[in-house]
Amino acid sequence: MSKVASRYRDPASETLSWRLILILLAVAFLGIVVVLPLVTVFYEAFRKGTGAFIAAFDEPDAIAAIRLTLTVAAIAVPLNLVFGVAAAWAIAKFEFRGKTFLVTLIDLPFSISPVISGLVYVLLFGAQSYLGPILKSQGIQIIFALPGMVLATIFVTFPFIARELIPLMQEQGTGDEEAALSLGASGWQTFWYVTLPNVKWGLLYGVLLCNARAMGEFGAVSVVSGHVRGLTETMPLHIEILYNEYNFAAAFAIATLLALLALVTLALKTVLELRYGDEIAAGRKH
Amino acid sequence: MRNFIQGLGVLALGVSLIAGAAAPAFAATTLLNVSYDPTREFYKEFNAAFAADWKTKTGETVTIQQSHGGSGAQARSVIDGLDADVVTLGVESDIDAIASKTKKIPADWRKRLPNASAPYTSTIVFLVRKGNPKGIKDWSDLVKDGVQIITPNPKTSAGGRWNYLAAWLWAAKQYNNDDARIKTYIGDIYKHSPVLDTGARGSTVTFAQRQLGDVLLAWENEAYLAKQEFGDGDFEIVVPKLSILAEPPVSLVDGNADAKGTRKVAEAYLNYLYSAEGQTLAAKWFYRPSKPELVKAGAAALPKVDLVSIDDPLFGGWKTAQAKHFDDGGVFDQLYKPGK
Repeated sequence: MSKVASRYRDPASETLSWRLILILLAVAFLGIVVVLPLVTVFYEAFRKGTGAFIAAFDEPDAIAAIRLTLTVAAIAVPLNLVFGVAAAWAIAKFEFRGKTFLVTLIDLPFSISPVISGLVYVLLFGAQSYLGPILKSQGIQIIFALPGMVLATIFVTFPFIARELIPLMQEQGTGDEEAALSLGASGWQTFWYVTLPNVKWGLLYGVLLCNARAMGEFGAVSVVSGHVRGLTETMPLHIEILYNEYNFAAAFAIATLLALLALVTLALKTVLELRYGDEIAAGRKH
Repeated sequence: MRNFIQGLGVLALGVSLIAGAAAPAFAATTLLNVSYDPTREFYKEFNAAFAADWKTKTGETVTIQQSHGGSGAQARSVIDGLDADVVTLGVESDIDAIASKTKKIPADWRKRLPNASAPYTSTIVFLVRKGNPKGIKDWSDLVKDGVQIITPNPKTSAGGRWNYLAAWLWAAKQYNNDDARIKTYIGDIYKHSPVLDTGARGSTVTFAQRQLGDVLLAWENEAYLAKQEFGDGDFEIVVPKLSILAEPPVSLVDGNADAKGTRKVAEAYLNYLYSAEGQTLAAKWFYRPSKPELVKAGAAALPKVDLVSIDDPLFGGWKTAQAKHFDDGGVFDQLYKPGK
């Protein structure tokens, strides 16, 4: 590998001092924008000691918020998984009318402010809408309850898995599938034994990203939550409440848990990359 | 590959089981009190006191759930279907909005409880930084050069509306009801306001925690609470000579309570606000109790201020004031130009 590389001129031809300046700039930027806020969160959380930190979790409302966050993610992520795979498969492997439109539609949640995403559900299912009172008479509560929060989360995290898979699947082309079909595999078998194994790592990335966002979403969920303590408050909303009640240590304590969940996601991704790096690279090249 | 998918499935199932296993059992009656921002600490204590009282009187267990936010935004949530049994909001017009848009509250709701359904009242005062470096003593000092005012948005916040009206009140007396000069003064107030938070509590955090601005126009109870929370040394309360009588009202949401069968306990809950315990707790959290004679010893009396009610001919009651000042295209919209 190194022999091959040495035939080419070093692409980084800048002088050492320039390189150092650029590296320093990049590191400083990263430090200010990413590392410093993260450190602040942990610093603030422990500023009043570990007692205050632990006390933040010894609160029925905090436990309820953590539970609700996990519940919402546990419903939203699998649903988006099924949808994302189906959409990516259709878009990458088939030609049909309105394909571009479908791609645009999938991207929609990325371009819309989360507040609007929440508001549309209030307009659709709220007591002042047409659907709301009908559902209510059947005893179904969407807005200001779990279903509304799940819907808003699904909407916001909708593109993550599909967006991760579409370029990957398109790059891989339809050669493998055609071979499988010509060897007598059924459509389902082709999908299960050929298409899905080829994209499993991309899929896992998508799921991790989707999950991180599902747990961290604030805007859309805030609009449909109704802010009933211990009932419709997720972790991000609970953090806001604590902050507004001058309970800064507890707010940052819950924030560290949220940040930790994100870090675990990142770590998981890195471990997978290290462990299965070759396989992942092979999957992408296919 | 199969294992991989199965693994994902098991993982999802596991998470949902963990999440579900600890779900609380709601056997007892629950009441939902949808309230505004500065009442958080008061209702936390009041709810516990009421639940204990109800338990001794009836033997029933009642759990009270709380929701807080900007008063206008909270009313909007109830209109959109948030299942409140009682609303304890910052201004009459927010409950009126629920009454007119949902018909879940009768139009004459204010007559149902003593003191026009306001168990506690408050007023608007100034919170300034230690030593009052900008020398703010009365309303005229707010618009001096270099003074930054923190006040919430009157469109979404009840506190914001009371602030606006209190300022209007002073200007009307000061300028002999000269409309043009009052409007210039109010316009100046908002020119001196770098941010308008959506709720009173947001403004307090902006002022006290984020250290923005020189003076916070605040609910009296909110100002005392902030002073207490952040240590007495950092802030001072300046009480203007003249201010508005703010009457945060409460009401049963008949439509929701009847649907849930909670009317009896919800009514008892609201009546308890007028009891000796309720009034004492209100005084403890720096509200002005509507029945001060019931307050048990211990709560410090608040300073005397010349207070003018919203029902004064100057404002003509909430309906008139709301329509004139805060509805779309109203005086506030004409005066407030963001970023200028």
